[in-house]
Amino acid sequence: MRRAALPGWLVWGGLAFAIAVPLIAALFSPQLAWRGPVYTVAGFSGVVGLALLLIQPLLAGGFLPGLSVARARVLHRISGAALVLCVVLHVAGLWITSPPDVIDALLFVSPTPFAAWGVVAMWAIFASALIVVLRRRLAVPVHIWRRAHSVLAVTIVVGSVVHAALILGTMEPWSKYLLSALVVIATGKVIYDRRAWVRRIR
Amino acid sequence: MPKTFITRRTVLAATGAVLVSATSGLITPAQAQTWVPTKTMRGGANNYIPGAQVVERIGGGGFIMSGTVRRAGDGAPLAGQRIQVWAHTTEGYESDPESHGATLTDENGVYRLDMPQIVPAFGQAHAHLAYDDDAFETVFLRPLLSSPSDTTLSADFVLQPA
Repeated sequence: MRRAALPGWLVWGGLAFAIAVPLIAALFSPQLAWRGPVYTVAGFSGVVGLALLLIQPLLAGGFLPGLSVARARVLHRISGAALVLCVVLHVAGLWITSPPDVIDALLFVSPTPFAAWGVVAMWAIFASALIVVLRRRLAVPVHIWRRAHSVLAVTIVVGSVVHAALILGTMEPWSKYLLSALVVIATGKVIYDRRAWVRRIR
Repeated sequence: MPKTFITRRTVLAATGAVLVSATSGLITPAQAQTWVPTKTMRGGANNYIPGAQVVERIGGGGFIMSGTVRRAGDGAPLAGQRIQVWAHTTEGYESDPESHGATLTDENGVYRLDMPQIVPAFGQAHAHLAYDDDAFETVFLRPLLSSPSDTTLSADFVLQPA
């Protein structure tokens, strides 16, 4: 069990700050004035999803003080399920707002450069959830599971961060870049610490 | 003694002059500049509603959408062509019928339509334009604003006779 190098209040406070600032900044976006409720919810599902991408590696890596390994794992699963819900709300809300734009994105023929990154991340999130659900039933070996989950996690993070960075949306750019950078650093740290690509001799 | 105008010297000089000017680009053939037909852009037809009415302006106006319409090949300006415009603006979604309008080109092939301020939608501030009458082949455009605070946008059409 790793010991957090930083005091607990600082870690939790930093996490709350890193998530609250972009969320609050997005709530003050002038663009919201020209959006109806469905489009607004669709947009914020994306923002919340990006925030969950910061929580996920922190839970997986045991970086959040005061949480047992078992508790962190349960929260990681709940947060993962919430991420799936965010993606579903995001895509469904956008579909209702403008069906042809979402169809273009899903078919990888969108004129916007960020759409494909988001769609790839979406499928990687769905694939992660599917493996979690089927893991026991299919008796997936642990090392295969770890590698698959690592590859999917990296795909999700890279896809989502590029997707978010290129979008001119409700998120305030600097808070968006800061949150994205933290997501990349936290994910990179956990992926490196775990080294799922190394076959452990048992 | 009759004076000879065309001597070997004048022929050589004239030929040389023509060669020099032709290779240096001083002589321009009449059809040298060919206007290539504008291609439909990806996503250009999204949220298109056929038959937008020619209007004085869309909604309250304040944003100027303009451009030229020319014939492919010779680039002749095309007068009286109907250009349809729609976008996500401060007054409505792309899919709202009242976000759509059309205008006609003047004698110089120039169109100009006053419309509400375009705001970013689906991650980019952009407009949609269509030419879909019978005389020329249909073209859908989806130009981007270089900044969401821009209050003008231009998009040009080069149309292929149908």
